[in-house]
Amino acid sequence: MSKEAIAAGLLAGVTRLITGVRGHWQDPSAGQDGAQRVYFANHSSHLDTLVIWSSLPKALRARTRPVAAADYWDRPGLRRWLALRVLNALPVERAGGCGSRDALHHLIAALDAGDSLILFPEGTRGDGQAIGELRSGLYHVARERPQVELVPVFLENLSRILPKGEVLPVPLIGRAHFGLSIRLAPDEDRKAFLTRARLALTALGDRK
Amino acid sequence: MSVTWDSQILMLLTGIVGLLAVASLIGTILARRIGSDDGRAVVANLNARTKSWWVMTAVFVAALATGGVGSVVLFALLSFVALRELITLTPTRRADHRTLFWAFFVFVPVQYLLVYDAWYGLFAIFIPVYAFLFVPVRTALAGDTSDFLARTAKIQWGLMIAVYCVSHAPALLMLQIPGYEGQSAKLLLFLVVVVQLSDVLQYVFGKTVGRRRIVPALSPNKTWEGTIGGIASASLVGALLWWSTPFSPGAALLIALVINLAGFAGGLCMSAIKRDLGVKDFGTLIEGHGGVLDRIDSLCFAAPIFFHITRYFYT
Repeated sequence: MSKEAIAAGLLAGVTRLITGVRGHWQDPSAGQDGAQRVYFANHSSHLDTLVIWSSLPKALRARTRPVAAADYWDRPGLRRWLALRVLNALPVERAGGCGSRDALHHLIAALDAGDSLILFPEGTRGDGQAIGELRSGLYHVARERPQVELVPVFLENLSRILPKGEVLPVPLIGRAHFGLSIRLAPDEDRKAFLTRARLALTALGDRK
Repeated sequence: MSVTWDSQILMLLTGIVGLLAVASLIGTILARRIGSDDGRAVVANLNARTKSWWVMTAVFVAALATGGVGSVVLFALLSFVALRELITLTPTRRADHRTLFWAFFVFVPVQYLLVYDAWYGLFAIFIPVYAFLFVPVRTALAGDTSDFLARTAKIQWGLMIAVYCVSHAPALLMLQIPGYEGQSAKLLLFLVVVVQLSDVLQYVFGKTVGRRRIVPALSPNKTWEGTIGGIASASLVGALLWWSTPFSPGAALLIALVINLAGFAGGLCMSAIKRDLGVKDFGTLIEGHGGVLDRIDSLCFAAPIFFHITRYFYT
């Protein structure tokens, strides 16, 4: 086993231990097949990426790439090694948002290579209370590759486990609620689609 | 703190394993004979519970087998998980973060280190005095005053129930009872067996002959018939186990009765909390039972009382 594979297993184990997280799938069969998906989630903690990634079945994990802000993750040392080699993250420049041409190009290339993606369309971490407006990256992905399933993931309690601005976690029990996938409707414009996607997230938060 | 094994412990364990074997057998027979859908669900839950009892027994016995350390570590972990379940379901605010960090990573380990060290003086006051006073100060320093009293009280309550009260179970191992030195593991076993058996028997009597509910608004499963039947029979079993304790048969009956009543009170109060929070169980860790706190709710109330009765009258 490679160093990266061992680190990946360890990281998933530690994440599950700290956050007690389990994936709850509204459609349980969706967690089992290998279909290509874009998971998009609310963002309130540095643990969010790890939580979604480690609550996926192991087989899906290897083919699921978190989309990460390059300015934070693509720095020399452990951080880069973890992000790029262990998590196989896809670093994108945040300055222009995911909508910027270059970033979008990377996302589409990864999808075309057969990988799934983890996206945080709010763009930045919130306070865990309300879900912010979604940036347009998700819409562009949906428009460019309409066959890919977009799965809303509501992360519960992560802002209590490791909120923005804290270094030490409090080991409460977190949850990742995987909702039913959505797709871009033929005549849907950007605003309507993003509103619907955001609603899919808030609805998951309400029904938990 | 040292714990020795003797033939009495082996007899107690043989009894537990025998009981579980009988429960498994009855469960298997019931699963074959029950036809209705409702009945099937009850039997499936019963069998899930029995299966979890095997696992819990194995873990508990393994902890006891390592002597003092294993038992202290096991109960420390139970406290940690129980506190986690309780705080997860209790709304907290951003400003509580650092206070909670102290609760989980300082107060839990220190309380159990005091148990291991058998430092009774500090063990008895560490959480009720020092943690109690520290919690509001740390939260006040964070600056958010909304719901201040309720927020600090919830953390204090969590520490008292899930950590302080539970820690009295392994603290039995620190008791020096004349003529019973090094045998306190049997006291821990007595407490756990009697209280948990009382829970099981209350469930069995409740399911079979339970009619009149005690507090309908709080728990539909707690009936007069089930509670009295369960507590009486478990107390009788406690009396029959007198030979493994420093108690006389009469005292064993009385003490078992007291801890079973305390256990009932614990179940009742924890049910009230669950009702208030709008949940059925505190967690999902133990299949068929719910969370750790669902399983040890009665122990939370029974352990400190059993500890102090024993300490006052027998040391």
